[in-house]
Amino acid sequence: MSVSEDGLPCNHDVHEDLIRKLRKLLPPEAVLTDKEDLRPFECDGLSVYRRLPLVVALPETIAQVQAIMRLCHALQVPVVARGAGTGLSGGALPLSNGVLLSLAKFKRILHIDPENAMATLQPGVRNLAISEAAAAYGLYYAPDPSSQIACTIGGNVAENSGGVHCLKYGLTVHNILMLKVVTMEGELLTIGAETLDSPSYDLLALMTGSEGMLAVIVEVTVKLLAKPERAQVLLAAFDDVFKAGEAVGAIIAAGIIPAGLEMMDKVAIQAAEDFAHAGYPCNAEAILLCELDGTNAEVSEHVMEVREILHQSGATEVRTAVNEAERQLFWKGRKSAFPAVGRISPDYYCMDGTIPRRQLPHVLRQISLWSEEYGLPVANVFHAGDGNLHPLILFDANKDGELARTEEFGQRILQLCVEVGGSITGEHGVGMEKINQMCIQFKAAELSQFHAVKAAFDPDGLLNPGKAVPTLQRCAEFGAMHVHHGQLPHPELERF
Amino acid sequence: MLERDISETLQQQVHSAIGNGTPLKIEGGNSKAFLGRETHGEILDISAHCGIVEHDPRELVLTARSGTPLKDIEAALTEAGQMLAFEPPHYGDNATLGGTIACGLSGPRRPFCGSARDFVLGCKLINGEGEILRFGGQVIKNVAGYDVSRLMVGAYGTLGVLLEISLKVLPRPAANHTLIQECTQAEAIRKMSQLLSQPVPVDAACYHAGHCYLRLSGSEQAVKHAHEHLGGEMLEKSAPFWHTLREHHLPFFDSANPLYRVMVKPAVPPLEITGEWLLDWGGAQRWLVSDEPIALIRERVATVGGHVTQFRGGAHNGEIFQPLAAPLLVIHQRLKASFDPHGIFNQGRIYANL
Repeated sequence: MSVSEDGLPCNHDVHEDLIRKLRKLLPPEAVLTDKEDLRPFECDGLSVYRRLPLVVALPETIAQVQAIMRLCHALQVPVVARGAGTGLSGGALPLSNGVLLSLAKFKRILHIDPENAMATLQPGVRNLAISEAAAAYGLYYAPDPSSQIACTIGGNVAENSGGVHCLKYGLTVHNILMLKVVTMEGELLTIGAETLDSPSYDLLALMTGSEGMLAVIVEVTVKLLAKPERAQVLLAAFDDVFKAGEAVGAIIAAGIIPAGLEMMDKVAIQAAEDFAHAGYPCNAEAILLCELDGTNAEVSEHVMEVREILHQSGATEVRTAVNEAERQLFWKGRKSAFPAVGRISPDYYCMDGTIPRRQLPHVLRQISLWSEEYGLPVANVFHAGDGNLHPLILFDANKDGELARTEEFGQRILQLCVEVGGSITGEHGVGMEKINQMCIQFKAAELSQFHAVKAAFDPDGLLNPGKAVPTLQRCAEFGAMHVHHGQLPHPELERF
Repeated sequence: MLERDISETLQQQVHSAIGNGTPLKIEGGNSKAFLGRETHGEILDISAHCGIVEHDPRELVLTARSGTPLKDIEAALTEAGQMLAFEPPHYGDNATLGGTIACGLSGPRRPFCGSARDFVLGCKLINGEGEILRFGGQVIKNVAGYDVSRLMVGAYGTLGVLLEISLKVLPRPAANHTLIQECTQAEAIRKMSQLLSQPVPVDAACYHAGHCYLRLSGSEQAVKHAHEHLGGEMLEKSAPFWHTLREHHLPFFDSANPLYRVMVKPAVPPLEITGEWLLDWGGAQRWLVSDEPIALIRERVATVGGHVTQFRGGAHNGEIFQPLAAPLLVIHQRLKASFDPHGIFNQGRIYANL
């Protein structure tokens, strides 16, 4: 056995055997091994991590997925599942000694059931396509990650994707009913049910957000909601970021749960405006977008109330979208914030921490101090309603050492999120990217419990190994082992 | 309100149980002892582990110790104009937060607002190695690590001892009305299922004794308009009706025959099983009082893709919960072993071999 360039063991005899057997299971065009065919699969949406897989398999039936898994299990070859590859944490980064299992061919909407307000989908169905298909019945699928035109429902489940409406309508975990999954051993399991709950342990919750570590998702049944009668969006400008933060708390305190509540700071506003021409007030230090939905009567009432609150909180300007086109335009600016920032800087690094909302002023102040210290500008985009902060650190990867400094800056932000009672990731997942930060958020005993959970599904550790949950050894090497009551966990372990 | 942290005492008790190989029976207010299978063991009483640890209404999050009485939590929330949106049943005066979450129970608002597990954001627990672990957190969005906190919901204490739970809370609606209409069960099912694709502010829907009940909630104007749109008589005493339904205090629930919880898709037409029916959750959760054998009830319900729990009455050492498919049971057993390797927590409460 030799070792590949990325340090993973590779056994050429096993690999040749694997590829030969895969070709027996699948049609020729569904097994890719040429370098140029593998290239499109070398990374997901987090392109700083790239690696070519040993082989890409493109099954189109559940039986084929089962056969591939059985084969890989028998040969002890690791498997990484992949949807549209829009993930932002390197969760679908391939292994040079493993199979990249693409679910791209599972594209069919299997059934829409308007009577029970649910839809059954293959995992490769795009998020937005669900709502488009359900629209004819007055229904829609609520979670709307900003990549919704491209990302697929299977990936949404694996990452527990959110979106701008999740304060009111929840994340993926709140909007799915049933999954069909294939385990590493090739077993097909039905998890959850078409009913509102199912007997025994909530494996549906466990599977959602498990980042392809527990099983491969081959079918998803989602809950659909009635489209609200009306949605109205308000845009408020502030001359101070902290006043905008106060306004967010005041809206919630008034007993109103907006469908979406988003905040952008000056750098983000300017970039989004130049890109989308949404009519944002570019001299503002911060803007808030507040969407209210529900029945006509309720929206009218809430719009009046929220306008009043925004003015009282010191908004310099409050606009209400006059029609649907303007509402879409207000959102277009926000939804294009990432690509917009991509235009003003050679590279940007998107963070995804969550914090209790009351900590916003403190965290923003600290980020701006660090921004000066590192000499790296930051654009802040914030799902203000649910405390999910996306600071975008602007940098130039071609400048010597700038990526390393950016990563260090990012790490400090995530560490701060944990310190103030938040989390290192609100919606992008841990993947490869935040594997070290997991050591900050969790103690050794908690990480060990996660490994035990994985082993219950995948005893040999062949599914997406090395992602999402760090080994204790890795945490020791990273040097950020959580110190609990002044004691290091597992003092018997050697430290490096 | 009483505030006490006895997590160290509880942890010591777990350690001695591991040492002696004595199984433990976790108990809070003992209000839900009738649920699930019989379990034996030394009692681990969490009721003294109580108090609200944190509640900042602007964050929409409440954290409390597991032994905190549910009614204390509800009182604190009411004072802040908030509520537990899953409207948990108490089934007794002493119901605790821990028991509510461990049993995963939700009330009439569930199909419209979400279940107990939907509102759980994080928890602190003692696992079967006697370690105190934290999962999730106090923020609404958090995808770091597997969702162990939600796994605890409905696990009936078989995976660990819950110490603290963080929940998302919501503002109380400004107004609510209940509409009542006379109809058959089949008509009620059609009516309730049609509401799923209409933008109406309904947050509870049930069928009982020849009447369909719809609760409308939201702003004054929204409720008024929806009432005009949907029609029907307004029920004078709205709150008491939903409370007696939630707590199983309606005369329907006083029967010598066992009570079954039948879960189906909401639009499934009336099931032909002899007995009395009450439909809650817009038709998705159906209560059946029947003297038919459970095997026969399960067989019929399986034909429409549903499942059945023996909720009250009957023998408490059989298959109370719907049996699991074999490969799924294996995963359950491995998960149980991963949290509770010495098999000390609430053995057999859900399934004989779990």
